[in-house]
Amino acid sequence: MTSPAFIRPSQLRQRGMLGMNRRNIDYIGRYNQRRLYPLVDDKLKTKLLAQEYGVPTPQLRFVVREQHEIHEYRARIQEMEQFVLKPAKGSGGKGILVVNGRDGENFVKSSGAVLTMADLERHMSNTLAGLYSLSGVPDVVIAEDLIAFDDGFAGYSYEGVPDIRIIVFRGYPVMAMLRLATHASDGKANLHQGAVGVGLGMDTGRCLFAVQDGQRCDSHPDTGKPLNTLQIDNWQELLVLASRCYEMTGLGYMGTDLVLDARQGPQLLELNARPGLAIQVANDRGLLPRLRKIEAMRERRQVSAQDRVAFAMEAFA
Amino acid sequence: MNSRTSFFTVVGALALAGVLIAALRHMETGAPLLPGAETEVWLVEARVDFRAQGGPVNVSLSLPEADAGYSAFNEQSASAGYGYAVVEQGDDRRAEWTRRQASGAQTLYFSAQFVAQPPEAVTPGQPSAPPRAVSVFWNDAQSTAAQNLLDRARQTSAGPRSLVRELVKSLNVQPLDQNAALLLGQAEDRAGLLVRLLNEEGIPAREVMGLYLRDARRRQPLASLVDVYLDDRWVLHNPVTGVPGMPADFLLWHRAGASLLDVAGGRNSRVSFSMLRQSVPVQQLAYTTNSDSAFARIGLHSLPIEEQSMFRMLLLLPLGAAVVVFMRVLVGVRTAGTFMPILISLAFLQTSLLPGLVSFVSVVAIGLMMRAYLSRLNLLLVARIATLIVLVIFVITALSVIGYQLGYSTGMVITFFPMIIIAWTIERMSILWEEEGAREVLIQGSGSLFVAIVAYLLMHHPLLEHLSFNFPELNLILLAAILAMGQYTGYKLTELYRFRALLDD
Repeated sequence: MTSPAFIRPSQLRQRGMLGMNRRNIDYIGRYNQRRLYPLVDDKLKTKLLAQEYGVPTPQLRFVVREQHEIHEYRARIQEMEQFVLKPAKGSGGKGILVVNGRDGENFVKSSGAVLTMADLERHMSNTLAGLYSLSGVPDVVIAEDLIAFDDGFAGYSYEGVPDIRIIVFRGYPVMAMLRLATHASDGKANLHQGAVGVGLGMDTGRCLFAVQDGQRCDSHPDTGKPLNTLQIDNWQELLVLASRCYEMTGLGYMGTDLVLDARQGPQLLELNARPGLAIQVANDRGLLPRLRKIEAMRERRQVSAQDRVAFAMEAFA
Repeated sequence: MNSRTSFFTVVGALALAGVLIAALRHMETGAPLLPGAETEVWLVEARVDFRAQGGPVNVSLSLPEADAGYSAFNEQSASAGYGYAVVEQGDDRRAEWTRRQASGAQTLYFSAQFVAQPPEAVTPGQPSAPPRAVSVFWNDAQSTAAQNLLDRARQTSAGPRSLVRELVKSLNVQPLDQNAALLLGQAEDRAGLLVRLLNEEGIPAREVMGLYLRDARRRQPLASLVDVYLDDRWVLHNPVTGVPGMPADFLLWHRAGASLLDVAGGRNSRVSFSMLRQSVPVQQLAYTTNSDSAFARIGLHSLPIEEQSMFRMLLLLPLGAAVVVFMRVLVGVRTAGTFMPILISLAFLQTSLLPGLVSFVSVVAIGLMMRAYLSRLNLLLVARIATLIVLVIFVITALSVIGYQLGYSTGMVITFFPMIIIAWTIERMSILWEEEGAREVLIQGSGSLFVAIVAYLLMHHPLLEHLSFNFPELNLILLAAILAMGQYTGYKLTELYRFRALLDD
């Protein structure tokens, strides 16, 4: 099972793999207008926009905008059981603090680590100062409800919420993967931090292939649960939700991060105007053929999200 | 694909223009394409600053004499509104500037190119009359101390020659004996004190001044040496080491004559020197006055020397930028901060590779340790970075002092690194460490250093250094290459590794 250290460019091309340079020039550069970036780079804007368009997102509790406001929210924080603090302009999952439960006055992270109120306040202070934001600009803290993750995922994720990344190209969902947190990824669902990426079939939402750290894996490394039986419920609903983000933002090439909440169903977590390429490894196939198929479509009339999803489920099965 | 064609036409035109202009310049001015076929010429610029008092002004600056170790050509002066002449009185050559009326801050420039003389030409001619030791005035305490010092030196020496050596030694040996300490404490400088002691002993001696020639230095003061009359000849001595003879790369600026700089009608006068090593082909040296060519007039060589040394550095930047683009776009090396590697490699250029590397890595490593402690202090981000800047300065100061004490001057080297950037690097690295683990820190850190080293090796290459300064138009080729790489949509080298899992089936 040891794979060779390198793959030849011709082999990559044959598999239709999208490289970083081509993604930047031919897709992000061509289909994503710069002026639209703030809509997705600022999670608060995305959230408000989503509410406007009726796209479900986790309930917003409050927003801290200034250092001096931190103390004013102390009482609100004290009465919350489970919540998430995140920077509005964070990237790559940086600065997201998940509180899973309480231990008296203290707060318990998903990893089991215990934080004090002072720790939380320092985290918020750092966030406001721009520690986690792109290029260090001042930021705001968003406090929102924690996702109660679907029982269907029991045993598939370790210490964290599994999220579903769907690449949406010109409104069509083209590729999807489920990201499972592992012990190595510290409860975060980032592939380059050691999370497991599970490629999902576009027609059914069933597992196609799975990788961890760029290597194939067949079961969850922490729980040992086999991944090949995994299937996402409400698959079509999820795809429609992702597809509707196109009307919402106008971005032609984006990554949508969704979660399945046990009570509320599919929720939009965040959008990404520069989605990563690892999804291709998780799916064991390249994005290029699918992107080209959509680029080649001549249709000019407005196509509804439902129709786009129906097309994608058939074309990319 | 039409826009693509026109894009590559522009890129090709840029590269072609670069080559053509360079070829034209080569044919027109004879500027050599290779750095080898040349002699080393030092362009030295003396800058006299003073504050005129409103009346007539007469400024006189001593110039290098025939026995300076270097011969001067292309002597020029830039001084708006001043009359200028070179006056020779016996051995003493002086540049004189005069003006009827001037007030406020004044700046006069004298510049000349210097070529090293063959050693046999350097020996000074015998003075027509042997010089006499001048009488020296000491106060009581100094007089006793000087006599004690001289007595001891006399006992341990065999003649004037060894006496000089013993005197230098007695001023150097640690711990200083109290006589030496007293004299050194009251003297203006070591060379001046040695001159006085030797004259006291009856050995004619004088203080002379010169310039250690180092490339691209600005605002340098003159260094003092001691000229001792031994066996009917003036012999130079280094006042610190006592070594007789002319030091290497030393331009003797002021030997005979009264003073280095006289300013009548002005106050606060000061003279400082800038220098630049130039490569001039042997034939060009012979026809230094050739140039009516447009290339010579609008070339970089027509700029004042201070700017020239700056441009020598600036014109290397495109090379560094091209390396960064290549490494990030084609290879896919991850670096901390996009163009940070160029700044590091520029610092390496000033420090040379190994000392620069060692100091950079150690400062960042020590900084990371300090940052680990700072993260427990619950500081605001801005305050934390500011704290880090202050601490980094302390670390660098400490390393410099320690390095100097251990006998390495490399400690000083780190001061060239942009402080704020080091502080930010440490901050980013430490966040990276907390969030993504030490591995990512190592990847990005070594990525940055790798790119910096490659950029440094290229920027340091004599041929490329020579071409970038003497043929600045060649940077158009780099520009074309950068533009072309900006359109590269193929795979990065690292992606061949990253996507290797696809080979499994």
